[in-house]
Amino acid sequence: MSAVQRLDLRLEGVTKVYPGVVALNDVSLQIKAGEVVGLLGENGAGKSTLMKILGGLIAPTSGRIMLDGQEYLRFDVQQSQQAGIAFVHQELNVFDNMDVAANIFLGREKVRGPLRLTDLKRMNELTQPLLDRVGARFHSDTSVSTLSLAECQLLEIAKALSMNARLVIMDEPTSSLTLSETNMLLKVIADLKAQGIAVVYISHRLGEVEECVDRAVVLRDGHNVGTLEREDVTHDAMIHMMIGRDLKALYTPPAQMSSKPILSVRNFCIKSKPDRPASFDLMAGEILGVAGLIGAGRTELAEAIFGVGQKLGGEVLIDGQHLNAKSPADAIAAGLYLVPEDRKRAGLILDFPTVENITMASLSAFTSHGLVSQKRQIEVAEVQRSSLSIKTHDVCRAANEMSGGNQQKVVLAKWLSMDPKVIIFDEPTRGIDVGAKAEIYSLMRSLADRGVGVMMISSDMEEVIGVSDRIVVMKDGVITGELPRLKFSESSVLNLAVGRVLEEA
Amino acid sequence: MQKKDIGLAVLIIVVGIIVYMRNPLFLSPINLGNTANLIGLFGLFAIGQGFVIMTGGIDLSVGSVIALLGVLFVDMVGKFGVPWPLAVALMIVLGVVIGLAHGVLITRFKLQPFVVTLCGLLIYRGIARGYTAESTAGFPFGSSYPQLEWLTIGRSFGVPHSFVAMLIVAAIMWVVLHHTVFGRHLCAVGKNEEAARFSGINTRFVTIAAYVICAVLASIAAIYFAMFTKSVQPSSHGNFYELYAIAAAVLGGCSLRGGEGSVIGIVLGAVLLQELQNLVNLLGIPSSLNFAVMGAVILLGVLADQQFAAYRNRKNTERALGLLQKS
Repeated sequence: MSAVQRLDLRLEGVTKVYPGVVALNDVSLQIKAGEVVGLLGENGAGKSTLMKILGGLIAPTSGRIMLDGQEYLRFDVQQSQQAGIAFVHQELNVFDNMDVAANIFLGREKVRGPLRLTDLKRMNELTQPLLDRVGARFHSDTSVSTLSLAECQLLEIAKALSMNARLVIMDEPTSSLTLSETNMLLKVIADLKAQGIAVVYISHRLGEVEECVDRAVVLRDGHNVGTLEREDVTHDAMIHMMIGRDLKALYTPPAQMSSKPILSVRNFCIKSKPDRPASFDLMAGEILGVAGLIGAGRTELAEAIFGVGQKLGGEVLIDGQHLNAKSPADAIAAGLYLVPEDRKRAGLILDFPTVENITMASLSAFTSHGLVSQKRQIEVAEVQRSSLSIKTHDVCRAANEMSGGNQQKVVLAKWLSMDPKVIIFDEPTRGIDVGAKAEIYSLMRSLADRGVGVMMISSDMEEVIGVSDRIVVMKDGVITGELPRLKFSESSVLNLAVGRVLEEA
Repeated sequence: MQKKDIGLAVLIIVVGIIVYMRNPLFLSPINLGNTANLIGLFGLFAIGQGFVIMTGGIDLSVGSVIALLGVLFVDMVGKFGVPWPLAVALMIVLGVVIGLAHGVLITRFKLQPFVVTLCGLLIYRGIARGYTAESTAGFPFGSSYPQLEWLTIGRSFGVPHSFVAMLIVAAIMWVVLHHTVFGRHLCAVGKNEEAARFSGINTRFVTIAAYVICAVLASIAAIYFAMFTKSVQPSSHGNFYELYAIAAAVLGGCSLRGGEGSVIGIVLGAVLLQELQNLVNLLGIPSSLNFAVMGAVILLGVLADQQFAAYRNRKNTERALGLLQKS
């Protein structure tokens, strides 16, 4: 794209202070045209804040923003857009009640005639070449509600291109993509780079970062801890810089487990796949990985077992006892807990204090004469805080002041304070940084060692293979295969996930 | 008491001082007694409305419930000679039924609270007018019910019993909201229903219970209003009362988005509203401007609260920056 002015963006000494926290402290960053810059850091390191400053959403408390040699005193959303900075967000901002073209031109609709009616034909014509550029296989008049998550991401990138973007910022773009979709996205990034467009790539998946970036900038606790050039970008170097120490073992090896099933699921049918029953067993003391593509029905299965959403048929046994959960309350009474996929939506009440979140599911246990005892709530919360090493000054502070990893620990604390038999983790480490990931894995392991059955739904291949003692793979509502630890490999999991039968070795 | 409640209390005192300086009658025992009576009457059902608002819902039917149950109560006791304790019990049962109907329609059939209770507003008012054929329901001439009257419109040491009843209800509801499992669950459901459900909270029960509480308090208020006015004109009795309740709850710090609010705040909200009514009367402002004054003060109050919150935020930021530069 020769028409695009060459980008030269510098942030110098940027500091951002929020009430009670310093989000960024003297951070500098330089981005040039056609460059892919990886931005790394644990959650709470300040990546999102830095990106919000680039987007003009928030103003830095101090520091300079230089664009194309010119200094900006105020850098607001409009200026950011004019400069050609576009975002592809972690949480997508698409409107699924409209079609693709309408989404791309939202707020900048093409109009015709004296009545300024929307010019659907022209917008459709303009959209198609953009979709071709990102290699999308859907069309300008496709309804967005029919698109997959990966396709929505392509749509966002196409939208960025339509605004003549010179810099596309991708925040955790692959956190909910499958492996093949991820590879496709990496190809799109390479194409953008070839077109002279700069990309800031934020991800916790270090494999992808290693593959696609020219340079990696690492933040820790709001400080710029360093930059890795292309040849130095390695898994270990990145982790070392991010957490400031070497990570010994991300995954803990399994201990002995029993062969007694603590959770048995027999011919279980879910609503979206009514004629595809699933059956599997989970042993006490085992971590069972549940792999599969997005849309395989894993989350729906877990939620139906937990009593959210409907089950159409089949049975569930916990420790040999039948469980017919009509609501989560039934499942919880039987000792089966779910750590949901979307912790902000279903796991926590973000505005509530940590202590309230921890005791929410067991509040009746904290009463005397019908009145809730705040003191005993805090005692239990403190016990969980120290045993899970939840980083907060005060358990009475709201949960939204913590990083993602710590929030996930609060969700866990809620269930651990109640003596679980079976815990289902749905994408337990999505959007969580490496350091906290390791802690969550070791927590899962220690739970299993205590005889709890742990079921882990995950789309992160590294995680499934590293953490599980056994893997079952789901496709279209049925279990297409089971892998013992000896047979773990990415290709065997993927083959099962797409429905190919494994060749017997 | 939360910060918001203190702010509201200060506002009430300041307005009170201003009114007193312009017209000393404000603090006369008669005026205070009458105002307290009104605070009691309106506070009773405002507390119920607050509970519904804390679940993220709204109950627009309160005024009509007060009219319908008022008509029924007066007729039952006055015309059909039903013993008043039985009639009171029947009214409360009716309140429970109405609240259950609202709650079930909202949770089971997934209708929006606004729509359900708007239909309730129309239906109950319509039944009241149809049942009486638009004629005013009243007690027969010369009838008297000493115990009932003592309980409702009686006074002890000059304090109206309606006000005492409201204080008792407020105390009970304060404990329920701030110190019981149900109260915590109510706030959780209002703030994030999904997370509450995933924590095993019976969100349907909690929501239905809020509407039942609201309707039951409205039915108790209906009895007090009927005894206070002695006759019930079915087309105008209780008109707009739901809006008084919503205003009191919002002034008292309840968020219409749900999950936030305090009983003390709601009561103070009801106090402020009646104080403003009183202000209009005492300062010789034409009573036709009544609503305009109320609307303006509520708007200013909410605006000021917002600005104070933003100011506190800014102060905190500056303090944090100061600490940073020192270190």
